[in-house]
Amino acid sequence: MAKVLVVTSGKGGVGKTTSTAALGVALAKGGKNVVLVDFDVGLRNLDLVMGAERRVVYDLINVVQGDAKLAQALIRDKRIQTLSLLPASQTRDKDALTDEGVARVIAELKEKFDWIICDSPAGIERGATLAMRHADVAIVVTNPEVSSVRDSDRIIGLLDSKTEKAERGEHMDKHLLLTRYDAARAERGEMLKVEDVLEILSIPLLGIIPESEEVLRASNVGAPVTLSDTPSAPARAYLDAARRLNGEALEMTVPSDRKGLFGKLFGRRAA
Amino acid sequence: MTAVTRPRHSIRFHSRSYHAMALAPEPPVANWLAELDAWLERSPGFFASRPIVLDLFSRKLSKSDVESLTKDLLERKIQVLGLEGADPSFAEFGLPPLLTSGVRPANAIADVPDDVNDGEPVAAPVVQRPNSLLLDSPVRSGQYIEHLQGDVIVIGSVASGAEVIAGGSIHIYGTLRGRAIAGAGDPRARIFCRKLEAELLAIDGLYMTADDMEPQFRGRSVRVWLDGNTVMMTAQD
Repeated sequence: MAKVLVVTSGKGGVGKTTSTAALGVALAKGGKNVVLVDFDVGLRNLDLVMGAERRVVYDLINVVQGDAKLAQALIRDKRIQTLSLLPASQTRDKDALTDEGVARVIAELKEKFDWIICDSPAGIERGATLAMRHADVAIVVTNPEVSSVRDSDRIIGLLDSKTEKAERGEHMDKHLLLTRYDAARAERGEMLKVEDVLEILSIPLLGIIPESEEVLRASNVGAPVTLSDTPSAPARAYLDAARRLNGEALEMTVPSDRKGLFGKLFGRRAA
Repeated sequence: MTAVTRPRHSIRFHSRSYHAMALAPEPPVANWLAELDAWLERSPGFFASRPIVLDLFSRKLSKSDVESLTKDLLERKIQVLGLEGADPSFAEFGLPPLLTSGVRPANAIADVPDDVNDGEPVAAPVVQRPNSLLLDSPVRSGQYIEHLQGDVIVIGSVASGAEVIAGGSIHIYGTLRGRAIAGAGDPRARIFCRKLEAELLAIDGLYMTADDMEPQFRGRSVRVWLDGNTVMMTAQD
């Protein structure tokens, strides 16, 4: 049974696209057929983060408007056979997305894939509402700071009212993914603690992704952190989150990269 | 596979409440208009582009009086959008629509003399059944709950940026981080919450922002009520 998952947040820059890519890779590594759909029309990024920017021919808008077939627009990942990407258009804007067109594309994707992961644009307008419209499950990406938490709360309200599932009176599964978490700074009161965020948002926790330089590096080289054979701390957190999405009950931990003595002595290489 | 879609252009209906100013004309209408003119001279443009309702609870004006009065008012740039307390026979095309659900200040009702009830029975005051709104889920940021017919009970928290408005009291079995506006027209209404982190509290139009609240109440279980023109607060734990 195909599942449509939306990765959303309200606020921009909290890690939606990074999380979409990392979770998509993690789920696909587990043998599932996964497609990542970039809904950020006009500001597409997922192709870069996935390292597929040089292979984009057709995009979501072409398929929505019937100019291209779905199979023409899907880009299969070269590293993982079961992972595909449906890129957004960079030249158009969100108005080019139609209700009917998106419904048709999602229905078609559901026949081919186990997981359809929709990367939502920031904001609460058309692009974001269409990305969540057909979702069965939602991941709300939140940073441990007040503005991000309030925007997430707003998005949760929309998930409970504007999605097809909500309109049918069904319960929408929502999970919190706390990104850029720094336990030491939270302890010093410089950022919100996990409990504070959970208390405000009151939705179940899917994972805590520690703040790490590794994430930025991975985005820049187009290889999601979960791709590596020697997973870093954020990669382990994403891999655990993906297993929880598949229904496994794992203990919640904040992975960290402990540096050994040599790591401390030779932490940085001189330029 | 075909997708079932709904028609794109559906008509939307909303019920909304607005504030309007109610004018209570007295016969003879000519004298009343003269007084109004004198008043308008001192405060020109006071009624311009404001929603005006004619208060006809005294039942002293006939239908033709009201007809000519609305025209006279229009000449003075006062547009009547509805009639309140009018005889049901006034419900006719050409006259402003009859309004019924207005909330009147309690003291104004005492002015209605009993003896002017010329044969037409005045509708008996509707006995309101207990009518509270119970919400089982948290109120999220950006959500707006309005229930002017009674109390609002929230089982969960009210988020920062959310707003709850009640005609009666507001009970929040969680943390109040947003705005709670109780007692729209009822100074006896109260606000209760398990944990106070509110942005704004108001009862019957008197409000208090987070800055005005005593820091000692922050984070505590609190009861809020009105004492004259002061918003009072006490901890319940």
